[in-house]
Amino acid sequence: MDTKPVNQRAWLMVAPVLVIVAFSALIPLMTVVNYSVQDIFGPGEAYWVGVEWFQEVLRDRRLHDALFRQFLFSGLVLLIEIPLGVAIALAMPRSGWKVSLVLIVLALPLLIPWNVIGTIWIIFTRPDIGLFGVAINAAGLTFDHTARPLDAWVTLMLMEVWHWTPLVALLAYAGLKAIPPAYYQAARIDGAGPWSVFWYIQLPKMRGVLTIAVLLRFMDSFLIYAEPFVLTGGGPGNTTTFLSIYLVKMALGQFDLGPAAAFSIIYFLIVLLFSWVFYQALQNVGRADRAGGGPQG
Amino acid sequence: MARITLDGIAHSYLPRPRGPGDFALKPLDHVWRDGGAYALLGPSGCGKTTLLNIISGLIAPSRGRVWFGERDVTDLPTEQRNIAQVFQFPVIYDTMTVYDNLAFPLRNRGASDAELDARVREVARVLDLTGSLGRRARRLSADAKQKISLGRGLVRPDVNAILFDEPLTVIDPQLKWELRAQLKHLHKQFDFTMIYVTHDQTEALTFADAVVVMVDGEVVQMGTPEELFERPTHTFVGFFIGSPGMNILPCTVTGATAQVGAHAIPLPCRYPTLGADAGRVELGIRPEFVHLTDLPDGYPVVVRGVDDVGRHKVVKVTFAGQDLNLTAPEETVVPAVGARLSFETARLNIYRDGQLIAGTPIEREAA
Amino acid sequence: MARGMPIRAGTVGLVIYLILLMLPIYWMLNMSLRTNADILSTFSLVPTSLTLDNYLKIFTDPSWYSGYINSILYVSMNMVISVAVALPAAYAFSRYRFLGDKHLFFWLLTNRMAPAAVFALPFFQLYSSVGLIDTHIAVALAHCLFNVPLAVWILEGFMSGVPRELDEMAAIDGHGFPKFFFFMFLPLIRTGIGVTAFFCFMFSWVELLMARTLTTTEAKPIAAVMTRTVSATGLDWGLLAAAGILTIVPGALVIYFVRNYIAKGFALGRV
Repeated sequence: MDTKPVNQRAWLMVAPVLVIVAFSALIPLMTVVNYSVQDIFGPGEAYWVGVEWFQEVLRDRRLHDALFRQFLFSGLVLLIEIPLGVAIALAMPRSGWKVSLVLIVLALPLLIPWNVIGTIWIIFTRPDIGLFGVAINAAGLTFDHTARPLDAWVTLMLMEVWHWTPLVALLAYAGLKAIPPAYYQAARIDGAGPWSVFWYIQLPKMRGVLTIAVLLRFMDSFLIYAEPFVLTGGGPGNTTTFLSIYLVKMALGQFDLGPAAAFSIIYFLIVLLFSWVFYQALQNVGRADRAGGGPQG
Repeated sequence: MARITLDGIAHSYLPRPRGPGDFALKPLDHVWRDGGAYALLGPSGCGKTTLLNIISGLIAPSRGRVWFGERDVTDLPTEQRNIAQVFQFPVIYDTMTVYDNLAFPLRNRGASDAELDARVREVARVLDLTGSLGRRARRLSADAKQKISLGRGLVRPDVNAILFDEPLTVIDPQLKWELRAQLKHLHKQFDFTMIYVTHDQTEALTFADAVVVMVDGEVVQMGTPEELFERPTHTFVGFFIGSPGMNILPCTVTGATAQVGAHAIPLPCRYPTLGADAGRVELGIRPEFVHLTDLPDGYPVVVRGVDDVGRHKVVKVTFAGQDLNLTAPEETVVPAVGARLSFETARLNIYRDGQLIAGTPIEREAA
Repeated sequence: MARGMPIRAGTVGLVIYLILLMLPIYWMLNMSLRTNADILSTFSLVPTSLTLDNYLKIFTDPSWYSGYINSILYVSMNMVISVAVALPAAYAFSRYRFLGDKHLFFWLLTNRMAPAAVFALPFFQLYSSVGLIDTHIAVALAHCLFNVPLAVWILEGFMSGVPRELDEMAAIDGHGFPKFFFFMFLPLIRTGIGVTAFFCFMFSWVELLMARTLTTTEAKPIAAVMTRTVSATGLDWGLLAAAGILTIVPGALVIYFVRNYIAKGFALGRV
């Protein structure tokens, strides 16, 4: 099936990318690895400690809690945003000026700096001056994301869904628009209903864009920092302290560079592992008979 | 199975068409005989696909009615028309196996499992797909995918007609012949009405009992391949069909004689006088009916070149200041200078503004 | 008809969703047009006493507006660099097989996964050692870490949609590779370049951690200026809202220019 010619000189074309990415990726990564195996007291004063930091970090109860919160958060994000984004894409108009309007409105939250997102939601949810805060209090519900953990989570999820669902919708919409009209015509001729059209045509044809959507949403939600930092600061208590927030507290607040570095390597490996699993799973959906030989005829 | 009747069908993609130029398909009446094999032939953008989509119900015509047998189906949606269509690019359901692809139209119509299984296996057998039934359709080659598209039409026992929209475009040339022969065979076996859109005259002529030639949203001629070849009713048909196309020479006509430049050419019919003021008057003759001759009364021509196209030669000459093609047998020796040619009188046609003019046949003693 | 109903329900749902989407932004706009005292004293759905003072302050105070200029500068640089280096790489991935290509492709993606929060300090040390701290190019280069892999990914998807026969035909016709690449191939995937530039803009414009770490005064991004001002002025809500609204404007312009590219659709079916 893959009939691309083998050409080792293609490496030359990839070289600029390698250089530019390696510069910003490999050197800092080495530094982090270096920190993770040493105890650092100051410039020039470092002692080899081996895997001690890794052991310490892996035993850290607060880290386990943060990790659990992080999985819960990313899981919810994927479960809500992917179906919602696809549903929005399906409901969007397919042609005319309305498309431009919807696309522009949809993309706005994506183009706001992440800390400004937090600011917007602080303003929006304040019980004294925020539309959401005032409205919900007027409805007789007590709501305070600075004091009640559940409220903080609800606010964070609302913000996250508000912020990122448009990305899924944009990608899904682009995928939908790339389906040739003949598929819909053939489906009508075959007597397929809307559900069959979705399940057998639209969803399979969106696989490419949804792979990107799932990976981007997983990675970015798993690494989330600025928005909850601005909105809740990790509180109340530690109930919204996600991995990145905990990490920064550890690295900068307590200046525990060694454990922080060890922690971030573990962190990185977790994201890597899950992204790989998602990537493989999404690439192989609907290709179960991979071993089924080459094309016929 | 049913006869398909188009009654005053016309279509415009504009909401409020103003003149004839706004119509992708100009008013048209036509009857497609039950079980017939038709080809819709014409250049790209001539309205073939529009016409096809009106029959299948993917487009609602701006004007006119569509009848299947005695039933007016103009307002019926596609899925209720019992029509199948094969598109230019293979449309298959990627995630399904070949079996499920073929079963899909039947499942949607609530067929029983036993009936479904029997139909699917039967269709797979006639299409040589039995060995691939369990495989994912997306992993097959383009021609196998196109067979699946066709199979989804054949599998339905109630199909009135199968419409083909240039289905061999993406197929390798060597496989085209094979698939075409298979299709022709299937048509005989299953006896469905077949309407086949193409811009390839060979495809149209080898396939169809009747060829409908379209240009600029209009049907210019419909007939058997022989009729289109021998008596094109429009210069476009003469030019479009045949390789090379018909020779079209401007002329004037008096009685049974056409005047081309300095040459008077006897015609098989007598015509009303068509002088320089009669609009565009042209003499049409196919290259196959023009011959090189040794006789002294042949018309002198200048030979510009010779193409050897295999079974015969195409000789390009200048006749009365105009380019003209003629075919000659493979073994012919074409003289470099002093060549002469003759026309088969019975094959000469006269056109006025592109339309064939009927004359009064005359008796003529053999020359 | 049965087909009409779900479509109409979908449209109603879409309109409601879009209104909800606009509400927080509208609320910020509302605040930005009022004075801080007005905001804190009266709750009102529409601004009653309109004022442009907040915007005036931003446009006249260099410490504010230079933040915007800085952000636009490094984002533009990043867009150009990302697309420029990603084009040949994406071409290589879409046209050739070579040693380790699949692994390389995934490795590129992994660079998005490094927790920026931790890499901040090593980043600072690295860019200090090469003397690039507090320059626009430093931020532009750092943002390449997550934008270049994405750019390669998107462009590769578009390039794979162009039949390989085209390359071969151009070679047969005697066009040199540069001429083919720049004058025949790139125009065919200009939609892809537009979409890629949009995503590069988006992720670079909204990023804060690295941009803040690598700058001190000269190249400080607007987002960082805002965080400083929050603490320094004791929360001037009106000013903060106006600054926030102004961060949306460049993005709105960019999406306006690329909307047709997205509306055209793309499938991006890799491997």
